[in-house]
Amino acid sequence: MAEIHLTDLTKSYGPTEVLHHIEGHIQDGEFIVIVGPSGCGKSTLLRMVAGLETVSSGEIRIGERRVNELEPSERDIAMVFQNYALYPHMSVRANMAYGLKIRKLSQAEINRRVEEAADILEIRQYLDRKPRQLSGGQRQRVAMGRAIVRDPQVFLFDEPLSNLDAKLRVQMRLEIRKLQQRLGVTSIYVTHDQVEAMTLGDRLMVLNGGYVEQFGTPIELYDRPASIFVAGFIGSPAMNFLPAEVKDGSVVLSNGVIIPVESPKEANVTLGIRPEHLQPEPEGAIALQVEMVEQLGANTLLHGTLQGTDKALTASVAGHATYENGEFVNFSAPASMLHLFDPETESRLEL
Amino acid sequence: MSSARKRPFNTLAMHGALILYTLIALFPVFVILINSFKTRKKIFREPLALPDAESFSLVGYQTVLKQGDFFLYFQNSLIVTVASLALVLLFGAMAAFALSEYRFRGNLLMGLYLALGIMIPIRIGTVAILDLMVSTGLVNTLWALILVYTAQGLPLAVFILSEFMRQVSNDLKDAARIDGLSEYTIFGRIVLPLVRPALATVAVFNMIPIWNDLWFPLILAPAEEVKTLTLGSQVFIGQFVTDWNAVLSALSMAILPVLLLYVIFSRQLIRGLTSGAVK
Repeated sequence: MAEIHLTDLTKSYGPTEVLHHIEGHIQDGEFIVIVGPSGCGKSTLLRMVAGLETVSSGEIRIGERRVNELEPSERDIAMVFQNYALYPHMSVRANMAYGLKIRKLSQAEINRRVEEAADILEIRQYLDRKPRQLSGGQRQRVAMGRAIVRDPQVFLFDEPLSNLDAKLRVQMRLEIRKLQQRLGVTSIYVTHDQVEAMTLGDRLMVLNGGYVEQFGTPIELYDRPASIFVAGFIGSPAMNFLPAEVKDGSVVLSNGVIIPVESPKEANVTLGIRPEHLQPEPEGAIALQVEMVEQLGANTLLHGTLQGTDKALTASVAGHATYENGEFVNFSAPASMLHLFDPETESRLEL
Repeated sequence: MSSARKRPFNTLAMHGALILYTLIALFPVFVILINSFKTRKKIFREPLALPDAESFSLVGYQTVLKQGDFFLYFQNSLIVTVASLALVLLFGAMAAFALSEYRFRGNLLMGLYLALGIMIPIRIGTVAILDLMVSTGLVNTLWALILVYTAQGLPLAVFILSEFMRQVSNDLKDAARIDGLSEYTIFGRIVLPLVRPALATVAVFNMIPIWNDLWFPLILAPAEEVKTLTLGSQVFIGQFVTDWNAVLSALSMAILPVLLLYVIFSRQLIRGLTSGAVK
């Protein structure tokens, strides 16, 4: 168990820099999720921590040690891969024991650890099978077992659930979380799935194009997204963005609707409002012309445009109500639920 | 596959064609085998007849075995074949691992250069090779043959093996690195077992031409004590008189070891040829 410090970390392939000045301090026992769209560099960052990619500049510390120059095996980490990466020609037991054998542990100790991990993961009855005789979920357990037996300071997960079907994914997600809480090992988890990120992480690092957009708890990211990117990435359905102008202490939308807010100065802004924060109200200022209705049971999604404009707007209404296409539905938006962003820099403007 | 199973006629036609091909392929071998057990007169009079009580004779085998050098030839052939195969597989796999696993300047160029050997027959360089062997004093040693056959087999081995090694998942090798395996252990314990079908394929493709080769033994190692079986059998073929009994017996016996090696490799071989095509 250890803290991890990432200091001014960059990664370049030739002249192209793919990760830019990553800073991060991960507490002992914390579960950190690195999340972002594909190609944002999240896997590269994880592989740098693992030692599978070199560090172009900056420093990675695990515990007290600078690990930049250490081999993956010397960093005291364990990694779980997306496609499990089990040795296909070895039994489950041998898969879990191999790393320990390489580290020259005694056979008794190896057996003790393998069986303990097998009990935790409930895979004891599969120990003598080959990986190809196991289902996806069972293979994933074995991959985690191989990580657990090493008793590492840090767990690294590289999209471990993306090869599983939806139902199993939810179940394994809970199991990974429980396991991590039980073992208390500092963990870094990479995913592109924002729901997975929100449910698993103590804190989330949102990466976009090699930059850290925001690093905070799921609720911080939801309540106070630092940029348009984070605002649109976290939360489902995604936040609505409307171009607007700040005038005389209120926000004026492009169709002339005025929403009072306490705004610092007059400027062009992008107004962000989450679909679930639009409250249906007959007198509400924001009118949505319905184009499509999605019934989800617990709530109903209304997709359409802001009245008088072609700006897309989505609202989420609790329960199941019926709406006609083309109908206008009025909503109000509480000022505390509004987010303002600078359209130039895309960063958050404090209200 | 399922449609063939449903229609008995298709199955019949398919098996008919395959059986016909097998018969055609095996017929010459069959003729050699039966005639090796017949008297000389009967070989010429009824070449296709099976040996019976009257025509049965082991005179060919007796001649071959009495000609004491046969076992030496056999041993030479076996040493050359096994040693060349071992070297081809070892160096081929190592080169293929480097080409498929490491990114370095000139990787692609190196791969193409190594593959070039597939297109240029090594016999073109016979004069230069002979020259080289003379100046290094390797003429009339088994090493001359082993080295030439290794060179001859490497291009195809590197080509096939690097293709297969590329299919071994990168995550697997990374997992091994995190487990603390050295690059050599990853090569030996993880990658090699996984490309075993490809190794068998390469071994079979190389084995038969090496075993049957007459050209290089004739040129590089014609001396009595280093003759290979194929070259050794030529003593029975004279300009005017050919001892057919002996030739056929020697050939029959020469088939055996190749057959044995082939049976050992074949289970792997079939998997090697079809893997990738059928998942």
